Amino acid sequence: MNLHEYQAKSLFANYGLPVSKGVAASTPEEASAATAQIGGDKWVVKAQVHAGGRGKAGGVKLVSTAQEAGEFASHWLGKNLVTYQTDASGQPVNKILVEACTDIEKELYLGAVIDRSSRRIVFMASTEGGVEIEKVASETPEKILKTTLDPLTGPQPFQARELAFQLQLEGDQIKQFTKLFLGLARLFIEQDLALLEINPLVITSTGDLHCLDAKINVDGNAMYRQPKLREMHDSSQEDERESRAAKWDLNYVALDGNIGCMVNGAGLAMGTMDIVQLYGGTPANFLDVGGGATKERVSEAFKIILSDEKVQAVLVNIFGGIVRCDLIAEGVVGAVAEVGVEVPVVVRLEGNNAEKGRQILQDSGLNIIAAASLSDAAEKVVAAAGDAK
Amino acid sequence: MSILVDKNTKVICQGFTGSQGTFHSEQAIQYGTQMVGGVTPGKGGQEHLGLPVFNTVKDALHETGATASVIYVPAAFCKDSILEAADAGVALIVCITEGIPTLDMLVAKEKCDQLGVRLIGPNCPGVITPGECKIGIMPGYIHKPGKVGIVSRSGTLTYEAVKQTTDCGFGQSSCVGIGGDPIPGSNFIDILALFEADDQTEAIVMIGEIGGTAEEEAAAFIKDNVSKPVVSYIAGVTAPPGKRMGHAGAIISGGKGTADEKFAALSHAGVKTVRSLAEIGSGLREVTGW
Repeated sequence: MNLHEYQAKSLFANYGLPVSKGVAASTPEEASAATAQIGGDKWVVKAQVHAGGRGKAGGVKLVSTAQEAGEFASHWLGKNLVTYQTDASGQPVNKILVEACTDIEKELYLGAVIDRSSRRIVFMASTEGGVEIEKVASETPEKILKTTLDPLTGPQPFQARELAFQLQLEGDQIKQFTKLFLGLARLFIEQDLALLEINPLVITSTGDLHCLDAKINVDGNAMYRQPKLREMHDSSQEDERESRAAKWDLNYVALDGNIGCMVNGAGLAMGTMDIVQLYGGTPANFLDVGGGATKERVSEAFKIILSDEKVQAVLVNIFGGIVRCDLIAEGVVGAVAEVGVEVPVVVRLEGNNAEKGRQILQDSGLNIIAAASLSDAAEKVVAAAGDAK
Repeated sequence: MSILVDKNTKVICQGFTGSQGTFHSEQAIQYGTQMVGGVTPGKGGQEHLGLPVFNTVKDALHETGATASVIYVPAAFCKDSILEAADAGVALIVCITEGIPTLDMLVAKEKCDQLGVRLIGPNCPGVITPGECKIGIMPGYIHKPGKVGIVSRSGTLTYEAVKQTTDCGFGQSSCVGIGGDPIPGSNFIDILALFEADDQTEAIVMIGEIGGTAEEEAAAFIKDNVSKPVVSYIAGVTAPPGKRMGHAGAIISGGKGTADEKFAALSHAGVKTVRSLAEIGSGLREVTGW
């Protein structure tokens, strides 16, 4: 789960980390008033969406009057911001972060992530901050400095000092960096993060370290024990169908094609999308109905798939391991009847009681095409979608 | 021979009296697995499914001589259950549960490594040696004793591969679901090494998916260490990039993680790759001449 910048920065502040004084405004009036609350004569106003690249997209601005701050807010609030990281329709802006302006001497990068290969939390730092760090990593990998945390002993001050000296920090900055590193590590572990990024981490004109941006992604598996982070969840930033699916424990990801897919198991769901493409079709979605494919969940899955107007045929691919295929077939028949599915539905059932399941589909009198194998199913659904065109 | 488990493997179940533990232990017993008891704290001394229940894994091991434990406890308690089993001296831990916080797994995996305990999973279907021992949630009846070793990150994709190798008449030596989590207890390389050393295994099916670099690392390992024919399928060619991987994750993997890169790495290592899930059986036929 992603957090907004203003939420990430409030967490940073709770851990004593240096962030700008700021106010998250929901109205233009709040944004104007925030300038006086913060003080000074220059402010940065930032549209809050779950995506990077906001600066280039016009979602970040330097302002010098309360009126300008209000105008920026009234321009963006309620609109969608499109960046290179969003889709074509962009993400809705519901908050504007108004912040004190910081004088920048130098921009660094600091991030942390769980690295699968080393099975460690890895901290990464670079003197090349403020730019796309992926570019730095691929073009000049030697400029990405790394240190890993031992899961049993945790972060140690010496690791921070090593990074600080490699970043050519000096004097009091070493101490500041150590405090920052240890604080971030504590934040990462205590709040169950999956990703943390400060780009840029700046050295101010007075020589102090300061977190100018903050990006946080939380481990979805750990939400049950992070009630405060759960409250920060902003469903307006997610695909509507994806969040609706999540409520039913269905794993759904919208894609661009015209063949809806309903599959049990994440791996098989991907495999099904791939085989659809191999036969010349394009999948409209990824959908894993999970192990307990009950009639209710199959119904809901159909509704979600069909709410995408692009869908011209649906492929149901179920490998009934322990779940019985005849029960799934009844679920599919019930759901198709209840939802009133008008596009062709191709069903491939394999495994436990598959024969019985196929019979139920055939006897239903509904527009359901039974497939004998996975290849057969892919071929039939691609043909059906083609005919529908 | 086979890998990890056989007809002599004595197995206990953690979370034995819960609904998942009960259902799948019943299935395992029916399959012929030597289930010898289970652990549910506070229910020690009771009997469940005709087997003794213990309060602690230590007690269970002491009384039954089990060497393997299968874990069905809820995600929030899995770190504790894995650490308890490892501390008690279980040689093989199979954790089926999905949804375990990643930071919990970092600690559990590290401790298992230190103690020399083999961990399979979490978020996996388990391990089976057909006709001998089934530990996990896979449907036993689709398997058939035979000569193909199967290792996979995904449950239902494993079943597809199993079904095809059964239908072709090849059968399986053992099948291992290593699980779909970012931090698996065992990775492809661990299992490939076991299959390479196993007499019964004549060919290997490896099923991967997008994300991380486990398949690329496996490819490098196969190139230098695996003499048996390997057929591989990677799911997720059509998956949208960046949907699940955060920025910094892409940095660590140096831009790796796509299905195409994994296919390329495996082909380069001499692995027979199949682009369609339905071609695992025919791919095997092609590389083995069966």
